[in-house]
Amino acid sequence: MTSKNKNWKEIAPAGVCSKSSKSFLTGDWKTYTPIRDVKKCVRCLTCVIFCPDGAINWVPDKKDIEFDMSYCKGCGICANECPTKAITMKLE
Amino acid sequence: MTTQEWKFTAKEIANKPDLFLPGHRACAGCVPATVLKLVMKATRGPTIVTEATGCMEVVSSIYPYTSWATPWLHTAFETAAANASGIEAALKIMKKKGRISQEHVDVIAIAGDGGTFDIGFQALSGAVERGHDFLFLLYDNEAYMNTGIQRSSGTPHGAATTTSPAGSSVPGKLEYKKPLADIMIAHNMEYVATASPYYWRDLITKVRKGLEVEGPAFLHVFAPCPRGWRSNPAKSIEYSKLAVETCVFPIWEAVNGNYKLSSPSKLLSLAPQKKKPVSDYLKGQGRFRHMFKPENKALLDEVQNITDKRWKQLLKKCNLS
Ligand SMILES: Cc1ncc(C[n+]2csc(CCOP(=O)(O)OP(=O)(O)O)c2C)c(N)n1
Ligand code: SF4
Ligand code: SF4
Ligand code: SF4
Ligand SMILES: [Mg+2]
Repeated sequence: MTSKNKNWKEIAPAGVCSKSSKSFLTGDWKTYTPIRDVKKCVRCLTCVIFCPDGAINWVPDKKDIEFDMSYCKGCGICANECPTKAITMKLE
Repeated sequence: MTTQEWKFTAKEIANKPDLFLPGHRACAGCVPATVLKLVMKATRGPTIVTEATGCMEVVSSIYPYTSWATPWLHTAFETAAANASGIEAALKIMKKKGRISQEHVDVIAIAGDGGTFDIGFQALSGAVERGHDFLFLLYDNEAYMNTGIQRSSGTPHGAATTTSPAGSSVPGKLEYKKPLADIMIAHNMEYVATASPYYWRDLITKVRKGLEVEGPAFLHVFAPCPRGWRSNPAKSIEYSKLAVETCVFPIWEAVNGNYKLSSPSKLLSLAPQKKKPVSDYLKGQGRFRHMFKPENKALLDEVQNITDKRWKQLLKKCNLS
């Protein structure tokens, strides 16, 4: 059936992305994994702010940050920007 | 514009739910992605986003997935500001007819340098002239990255791209970066600013200010792209700091055309000895590698000279010289 036979209200909405990309895990892209030295970490949240992939979260209940390896692409920005050098990148 | 500036802590920003979600397909170390995440942290209520074609649009909307936890629209490469115009006009009439309950909905148009400096420029200029109430957010990664690193009018002088390669006959891009934010000021806009994500508080504050303006606002955000710049992904945020420290990308805002340097750049105007040489910023970026060859010494000097010249012009506009 051509679109001639349907008005705009009847045609299926084209190109509607309906699933959250949170279900698309990008964590397996990485070749390096960030490892945090908990003793060095001062919970300044610099890494949380700069991570392009939202892979580091602040967890208020724990009063701590948490890495989510299912999204981390291993870019190393967190390690480079951490003011106390608490993060090192380890080859997987 | 409200006179009271929005104050926030890192924890408040971290606690605020993300509207730009993980699972997007940007390259590792993509600063445009960090920028969008932070921009959306600055929203103050219901917000509709519209994006031009480009890396950030593509990586956040690969069917059937979306990285947007807010209404989002893409139509074409050149139409970010035209889309925003239509959305804003529609909101106005829907509110008038009582078809929406929201008191106010913010509209943000997002585009890359290609979609802003070049192909999207007439739509932007027109939307600003018509006075639509929206924020135009330019993430400037200084080339057409999504199609394979072609030069744009936002690409800096000397940078190697696939259409301005550095070789024996041409040493990278011959032309100079278009002073786009100044051109936007010439549209008599209430709010125009530049920002760099290393200074994330400044970036978030400027987004909020841009949203608060009743009418068009323009924000030019520097956004390193490790893929296109052929640089170490880990250093992407560091380059956004070095660009400011070398005055390659000074940060400032202009309210009703009155230029004012933002703190990190203001500091350099007060302590010029702290201004770093451009080579500190250029080195390590593959797109500038050729500049460090002895035969291209003149090019390196030229880039320093243009940077100094543009910095002096900016100081003058800020009444600081
Ligand atoms: C009219 C039109 N011309 C060309 C293209 C192909 N195209 C898609 S994205 C893109 C580059 C976008 O560059 P920019 O705006 O700088 O964003 P970036 O990809 O660098 O983030 C081009 C040329 C298109 N989609 N539409
Ligand atoms: S940047 Fe470093 S010190 Fe700050 S929260 Fe992250 S790991 Fe901890
Ligand atoms: S390595 Fe990159 S993606 Fe992974 S947590 Fe650090 S900043 Fe985020
Ligand atoms: S090419 Fe550059 S801008 Fe595009 S997704 Fe990769 S890093 Fe980001
Ligand atoms: Mg670009």
